[in-house]
Amino acid sequence: MTFRKTGPIALVATVLVACGGGGSASHTSSDSTKSPASAVGVDLTGAGATFPYPIYSKWFADYARETSIKINYQSIGSGGGIRQLSERTVDFGASDAPMSDDELSKAKGAVMHFPTVIGAVAVTYNLPSLQTPIRLTGNVLADLFLGHITKWNDSRIKAENPGVALPATDVLVVHRAEASGTTYIFSDYLSTVSPDWAKAPGKGKELSWPVGIGAKGNEGVAGQVKQTPGAIAYVELAYAKQNNLPTAQLKNASGAYVAPSIESATAAAAGIADKLPNNTDYRISIVNAPGPRAYPIASFTWLLVYRNQTDATKAKKLKDFLHWYLHSGEGTAATLDYAPLPDVMKTRLDARVDSVSVGGAA
Amino acid sequence: MSGSSISPTVLMADNGSGTVVGIHGRHIGDRVYRGAITLFAVCVPLLVALVAWEIAVAGWPTFRHFGLSFLTSSDWDPVKQRFGAAPAIYGTLVSSAIALVIATPLAVGVSVFLSEFAPRWMRQPVGFLVDLLAAIPSVVYGLWGIFVLLPVLRDPVMPFLRDTLGLGKTPFFTGPAYGPSMLAAGLILAIMVLPYIASVSREVLLAVPRAQREAALALGATRWETIWGAVLPYARSGIIGGIILGLGRALGETMAVTMLIGNRQEISASLLAPGYTMASLIANEFSEASSDAHLSALMAVGFTLLVITIIVNAIARWLVWRVGGGAASKPL
Repeated sequence: MTFRKTGPIALVATVLVACGGGGSASHTSSDSTKSPASAVGVDLTGAGATFPYPIYSKWFADYARETSIKINYQSIGSGGGIRQLSERTVDFGASDAPMSDDELSKAKGAVMHFPTVIGAVAVTYNLPSLQTPIRLTGNVLADLFLGHITKWNDSRIKAENPGVALPATDVLVVHRAEASGTTYIFSDYLSTVSPDWAKAPGKGKELSWPVGIGAKGNEGVAGQVKQTPGAIAYVELAYAKQNNLPTAQLKNASGAYVAPSIESATAAAAGIADKLPNNTDYRISIVNAPGPRAYPIASFTWLLVYRNQTDATKAKKLKDFLHWYLHSGEGTAATLDYAPLPDVMKTRLDARVDSVSVGGAA
Repeated sequence: MSGSSISPTVLMADNGSGTVVGIHGRHIGDRVYRGAITLFAVCVPLLVALVAWEIAVAGWPTFRHFGLSFLTSSDWDPVKQRFGAAPAIYGTLVSSAIALVIATPLAVGVSVFLSEFAPRWMRQPVGFLVDLLAAIPSVVYGLWGIFVLLPVLRDPVMPFLRDTLGLGKTPFFTGPAYGPSMLAAGLILAIMVLPYIASVSREVLLAVPRAQREAALALGATRWETIWGAVLPYARSGIIGGIILGLGRALGETMAVTMLIGNRQEISASLLAPGYTMASLIANEFSEASSDAHLSALMAVGFTLLVITIIVNAIARWLVWRVGGGAASKPL
């Protein structure tokens, strides 16, 4: 009997151990330094945004090679990252949208936002007859996505593109079906430039879209646009670049038409960074930024860290890494099509990293 | 249904203790074995109940706040925290219905061919290929749908249905043909549920006794009359069982449908228009739902899906029961 009973128990134990290997993330943080086995495996764990995952995993790999400090990051989505940070099941979170006041109040302690890289959202379209990139203003873009402009040869689009033969094709709006940081940035921009948009769908990771078709992921959206003449959609800059999608030039706050690029995204951050107050919490939007070279649909993505750390060893490791990404990490961002932070911000963020402290009591 | 499936187990266990204990009672292995399998038998319904309970509790705030309008409203706005799941409920039922309408005749046709007409050497390979359809991951169906099915639907098929056949005069085939639509979702679901229905039907048809066919032929029936009048009625309840299995698959299918239905929160009579399903809604929004109200609304959608699945299954089983009763008294 004992033998038969231990059989299944041993099996369950094996399965648990196997699961633990993959998901040791959630254990290490609560076990603190008492269990050396898990501490050797992974030094820090984080969870959150999927959009910056490629650059984060490069950073963590580079960092592990240089310092042999291992960081485990799970790209489960910004919402999940915020939830796990709030529960203190991870050492840091990551999000494409800043935490709301409500979310901050639910967290177990003060949470600091550290901008890491800048993501830009490109507007892509399918108009085979066009030779040059189409030019749009924020208001026209909002009205296209609101369904107020239904034909490509609308007089308001013509006004922005003099001398361009626009077809009489119907406009088909394609948007992300699933909740997405890309949608958040895009709707943040449209809410900023169009009062109508701010009233009706507003801004969020998923919206009640007035018109159009929802496709899954950047690839689903791009696929739908490629197949449908007259389609318009928004995708991450990196995705648009890597797939050579046509992208619209947008009129920025200074009145210049700017194409999406790594430089114009960094310029957007620089335009805002100059005017930041000293006590900023960096929960800032950089859409429709000033500056002649600034691309208007850009946003930071953030690492989320508790101001008061409970574990001195981890706090040191975490701060070391934060300094590292500001100095070494930023340099490699552009290789993966992420826009690095402007230099003015790095020194200020360095000081901010130093303000992370060990509070002692949990 | 669950009540009737538990009681036989309990009965058997009781019978077992009554008759078996006297002879084998001393064997500890038997008792352990009985305990273990009873535990397994109890675990499954318990698990279902637990899942249902957890989802219901998590979704309760939504049901309380929105009441019946959660089921009837088309306003799903996560920004303003207003949640109405009517388009998703409608889309789930309609896309599954389209799937069954298309898949059932096809699947039954394949099974009749394989069991009645196909030469013996053909049965195994064709049956195997049909079963293989069930082994393809749904994301592959979705990708195939995006790159093969949608372009074909958009260009020749949808305009043909709407304009050439004149179906555009009915409300069911109006509007522009973009591709992602209720029709596309229904078609992909039809392909996905086909192997389930076909596989069950084939087995059931093969199990129809030879005497049944011979008797019909002896009465002077043609081959067609034999199949239609003697074989299919005999296998009816089994075939409906296969359809139920397919229906269950269609109601819950997520990935392929999400990729093809267009994910639009709107009830439209036109099959060319995009729609939404409950499973897609949960899959699309759950990962980033950070507010309590939003999470609760998605849980409520999950609970609604569970209840609808149970209701649809109950109706289908009742059908089997009725048909089964009829079939038992009818043959010959």
